[in-house]
Amino acid sequence: MRDELYGEILLDHYRYPRHFGALPNPSVRIEGKNPLCGDEFLIDLNLEGDVLREIRFSGRGCAISMASASMMTELVTGKSVAEIQKWIDRFRNFLRDGGAHRDEVDMGDLQALAGVAHLPVRVKCALIAWTTLEEGIGQRKNEPR
Amino acid sequence: MSLMETTIKANRVLSTVEKLREDFPILKTTVHGKPLVYLDNAATSQRPSQVLAAYCFFCQSHNANVHRGIHTLGEQATDRYEAARRKVAAFIGAPSEKTVVFTRGTTESINLVAYGYARKFLKPGDAVVLTPMEHHANLVPWQIVATTMGANLRFWPMTPEGTLDMSAASDLLQPPVKIVALTHVSNVLGTINPVKEIARRAHAIGAKMLVDGAQAVPHIPVNVADIGCDFYAFSAHKMCGPTGVGALWGREELLDEMDPFMTGGEMIREVWLDHATWNELPYKFEPGTPPIAEAVSMGAAVDYLNHVGMDWLQEHDRQLVNYAMNQLLAEDGVKIFGPQDGRGALISFNVEGVHPHDLATLLDRDGIAVRAGHHCAQPLMRWLGVPATARASFYLYNLPEEIDQLMEGIRRAKEVFAYAR
Ligand SMILES: Cc1ncc(COP(=O)(O)O)c(C=O)c1O
Repeated sequence: MRDELYGEILLDHYRYPRHFGALPNPSVRIEGKNPLCGDEFLIDLNLEGDVLREIRFSGRGCAISMASASMMTELVTGKSVAEIQKWIDRFRNFLRDGGAHRDEVDMGDLQALAGVAHLPVRVKCALIAWTTLEEGIGQRKNEPR
Repeated sequence: MSLMETTIKANRVLSTVEKLREDFPILKTTVHGKPLVYLDNAATSQRPSQVLAAYCFFCQSHNANVHRGIHTLGEQATDRYEAARRKVAAFIGAPSEKTVVFTRGTTESINLVAYGYARKFLKPGDAVVLTPMEHHANLVPWQIVATTMGANLRFWPMTPEGTLDMSAASDLLQPPVKIVALTHVSNVLGTINPVKEIARRAHAIGAKMLVDGAQAVPHIPVNVADIGCDFYAFSAHKMCGPTGVGALWGREELLDEMDPFMTGGEMIREVWLDHATWNELPYKFEPGTPPIAEAVSMGAAVDYLNHVGMDWLQEHDRQLVNYAMNQLLAEDGVKIFGPQDGRGALISFNVEGVHPHDLATLLDRDGIAVRAGHHCAQPLMRWLGVPATARASFYLYNLPEEIDQLMEGIRRAKEVFAYAR
């Protein structure tokens, strides 16, 4: 059975999350929780200077939060902190309007989460990995260099 | 009972439900174009026209502040407010209406006891006994009071199926225990706790007992005198009444000794610039302008439940829960939490491979409202070893067909998530 929200792409990321696991020596490890759902994520980052070389996530959550985290890891690998921040902001706006006022940027797999914009109670689920990552790259900035 | 008698009884229950449904305008609502199937009654119940009318009638005909005005409306409003108190008192078998305090609901009622009683009488080293199945409303206030007073919390062990392990009672209930606070009916497991037996044993060691009746008063006949507890807390909004009001029943001598929790107008007798004396019961605990129209409507909700009949309601609940339980047990990949027998009108469950929030979102699209989450019982979720559960909870207007619809929704969710692959 097909469902408009729980489509192929979303369910594929849910069943086979990309970059799932932990890094042996992460430069940043950050925990994200949504106590409302009981969702918990641990995100490991390997930052080289300003560039995110590697990312892994682990934890448990609903299909929306897991798929969103998986898609995020694909998108941010190899990007600079500034670019990542831009994507985080873009994704937040995307969830606010369902992509209605999207700039020309192709959202890729993230497009599969457009339906979440109509479900205000689930927006938090889609955002949890992203806000956790945002905190993670913020922490890096404060590190002495 | 013969088969025919059983069938006649079942049919009578059904035709009564069809009639009762007419009293609830909201049941005609559609959600996402589907008729509403409301199975979130443990969170809040719906309100019948009779209760809505009582609210309107009060506002249109008698609205004034209570216990103040000399004028006619003030007197009428006070009469209605106090009449509602008498109804609520009678409904729970309170020996006197003085012992029924209107609060904002269960949460405030419990806080009132934690702050007004426990903060006055607990001593360092004393213990409070709770259970792992408590709603945060009956846990967090005790954490705070225990920390402030230097007292300890002890938790009643549970059996694997989610009932209190009564064999632990003698070890647990020992002298430093001064307060036992527990829920009558668990809002997650559905467990009905043996509160009468526990009250007897708590009193044997001189402890006081508070019962959280939020999930009990709406469903089972409650008699506080028979239970023998010291405090009993509940909310109107889970029993066909409005939000914003509930009650605390307490033993008169304990309420007398207790300190007020909130202070201000109405709860005082005499006020000087530097001190004040307290009003008599129950006004000592009702500072400020109370939720007057809401309390009056709570009285109307009690009238409504009396008209429905608590014995009938219990039988109706039993039939619905059995029906739902049998279907859920028979469904592949469904795990049920809590005891199979002797439970309240709710069932928490999970569907393998489908997070409860995803299940609730999918069911919502079929017009079916269930709760998904931790149900304000995070420690219990940890005990169960799950992040969250789905919960279907029933009330007097629910029909077996609605449980059929729930089951279809669960099967559709399984298909979406390709559980069957
Ligand atoms: C067992 C139990 N205790 C306490 C509460 C809190 O009730 P209220 O939110 O009406 O204060 C609830 C309601 O969710 C409950 O189920």
